[in-house]
Amino acid sequence: MPSGIAVDKKNRLKSRAAMSDTNLLLLITVVVFFLLYLSAVLFLGGGYTKPQSFLNILNNNASLIVLACGMSIVMITGGIDISVGGVTCLVCMSCAVNLENQGGNIFTAILIGLGIGLAFGLVQGFLVAYLDIQPFIVSLAGMFFAKGMTTIISKEPVRVTNEGFLAVKEARITVPGLGSSNKLGEYIPAYVEVGVVVALLVVLALFFVLRWTKLGRAFYAVGGNNQSANMLGINVRRTKFLAHVLCSLLAGLGGILYFLHVGSGNVANGAGDEMNAIASSIIGGTLLTGGVGNVLGSFFGVLSLNTIKNIVSSLGFDEAWWSNITVAAMLCLFLIIQSVVLLRKNKK
Amino acid sequence: MSPSVKTPEAKTKKPEDSFFKRLIRQQLFIPIAALLLLVVFNLIADPSFFTISLKENSLGNPVLSGNIISVLDNASELVILAIGMTLVTAASGGQDISVGATMAIAGSVILRMVCGGQITSDTMQMNLFLAVLIGAVVAMLFGAFNGALVAYFKIQPMVATLIMFTAGRSIAAWINNNQLPIINDIAFKYAGTFLPGIPVPTPIFITVLVIFIFWLAMKRTNLGLYTQSVGINANSSRLNGLDPKLIKLMTYVILGACVAVAGFIRVSRSGSINYSRIAENIEMDAILAVALGGNALSGGKFNIYGSILGAYVIQFLTTTLYKYNVPSTALPAYKAVVVIALVVLSSPVVREKMSGLKKRPAKTAKEVS
Repeated sequence: MPSGIAVDKKNRLKSRAAMSDTNLLLLITVVVFFLLYLSAVLFLGGGYTKPQSFLNILNNNASLIVLACGMSIVMITGGIDISVGGVTCLVCMSCAVNLENQGGNIFTAILIGLGIGLAFGLVQGFLVAYLDIQPFIVSLAGMFFAKGMTTIISKEPVRVTNEGFLAVKEARITVPGLGSSNKLGEYIPAYVEVGVVVALLVVLALFFVLRWTKLGRAFYAVGGNNQSANMLGINVRRTKFLAHVLCSLLAGLGGILYFLHVGSGNVANGAGDEMNAIASSIIGGTLLTGGVGNVLGSFFGVLSLNTIKNIVSSLGFDEAWWSNITVAAMLCLFLIIQSVVLLRKNKK
Repeated sequence: MSPSVKTPEAKTKKPEDSFFKRLIRQQLFIPIAALLLLVVFNLIADPSFFTISLKENSLGNPVLSGNIISVLDNASELVILAIGMTLVTAASGGQDISVGATMAIAGSVILRMVCGGQITSDTMQMNLFLAVLIGAVVAMLFGAFNGALVAYFKIQPMVATLIMFTAGRSIAAWINNNQLPIINDIAFKYAGTFLPGIPVPTPIFITVLVIFIFWLAMKRTNLGLYTQSVGINANSSRLNGLDPKLIKLMTYVILGACVAVAGFIRVSRSGSINYSRIAENIEMDAILAVALGGNALSGGKFNIYGSILGAYVIQFLTTTLYKYNVPSTALPAYKAVVVIALVVLSSPVVREKMSGLKKRPAKTAKEVS
């Protein structure tokens, strides 16, 4: 178990020599992602060699990246939050109704999104941390509530025509040095959407928080062992509470990014995203038992998950069921790799 | 205040426990209180909720109808799942979130068998009993897959079953080549609707039978004891000669059998299947039933009857909400509020506060002196 806090010199040397669980699992994920993408480039060629097709994975999944990061933090403290998909859906619908029917602008929409996330986080965090209710049940109720509220707000899809919003939605940030020529020989620079920049900033910020701040190390300590964290003087309840608040706040942000990508409020928005986020976190090396995990891993988890989905559909297995089965098979593979690696390590 | 001062005080307090306090400590307090609350609410709001009448159904048979019958009837799948889920929860300290997806698989297999691979069929192509048996074997195999991941690879149950949760409905569609088979044989629908000449819905009989089987198993075998001891401490039960891995695997296989029965009831209600919608979110309700029954979701001691009661409470709530014209899409929001209220009431912190209500004045008086 990586404790990170108060290690004496001997232990520190030891842990540097033998890789920590977190880094080992991260390494596996990164290697697998590059192998996957490389094999796609080698065997399928075509679209995969263009930088834009890689950036499109980011464009389509900016929201999922943010959700997976939040999920990882809760999972590191030993909890789980399955309300993130529902919160995404509720945020999309609320922002759409605000922009379209209430004459709001993009700033009020962002405030509403973050406010909803914060409200969910405060309630769920309080119930989990201070009333000792199982996080699964709390966030299950949160998911039900969010999905029900969405249909109460509006059952019909709400399409947004607000100009200020559309300007941000359509904004393209070109990536210097990357691009490709189309069939006519014109050079088209590769681009990312605004949401991707936000998502990447979130990943970097959380990486620093988890690695170098007191709060970040407290997350690992609480997830690794509740009681010893308590003895180290960490406020376990407060740490858990903050993890849930952070996760739901990120779910609110993820909802805004999702909304920015699709530009409409719909009851089906974010359906199944909680499971995608959990799957990405697991592929990224986060353990549900807590204490082990990394947001960089979750980032690569999202990329791997969507690369394999793309590969399966470009192999000609277009039906929706193939994508689900491959994702499940990949999840199964990663779980077994993780479990074998950790079991062997613990035996030594 | 040192702990040594506190303990004798607590000891002297114990025999004075009020009736109220003892009541709250009971495991079945929450589900029974919730059920009573719902009953009282319905009695006050509209006593006609409880009327049961004899009506003729489309086939001309006299059948019982009424809200209570519909609660008992519609809760059948949930009750059967909740029983299996309780065992899994107790032994492995986690929940199987793939039960809805596996129900789709079992239903798909059964329909493929009775339709003989055709899309529509007017008569059953295979003995119904054999078809259900094959469905049960398939569901138990998937249960064994989940169980093996949990027991032998030590993967957390919720993550291990996430695999089947993701793939299950796709596999169900794949079994029937993504077609939606329909069977029109009336005999197939007996299990999900009514047997000729009997006015009580058949699922109620099946549920009673399943509950009876588990009651017998709890009474006559060591199933309950072994499951509990593995859940409380796997290591010490291994030292006592049990095989914790095998027992964990077994609970998942038992859940698989329960899932097959539930899936059979569900497909025989309509004689058709919709892969993405059949038994949607039922895994959440089943886990909720276990939690409502006062069972710790972290495993260990369990009470099957609490879960059964919990399942009926959930169905009662759903039927009540439907009666007050809550649209089915908005239903989850109301359900969530009720669920949160229930779990907050049953949380250890609040329970302690509630049972300590009468104690507090005495304590403060002592502190002042």
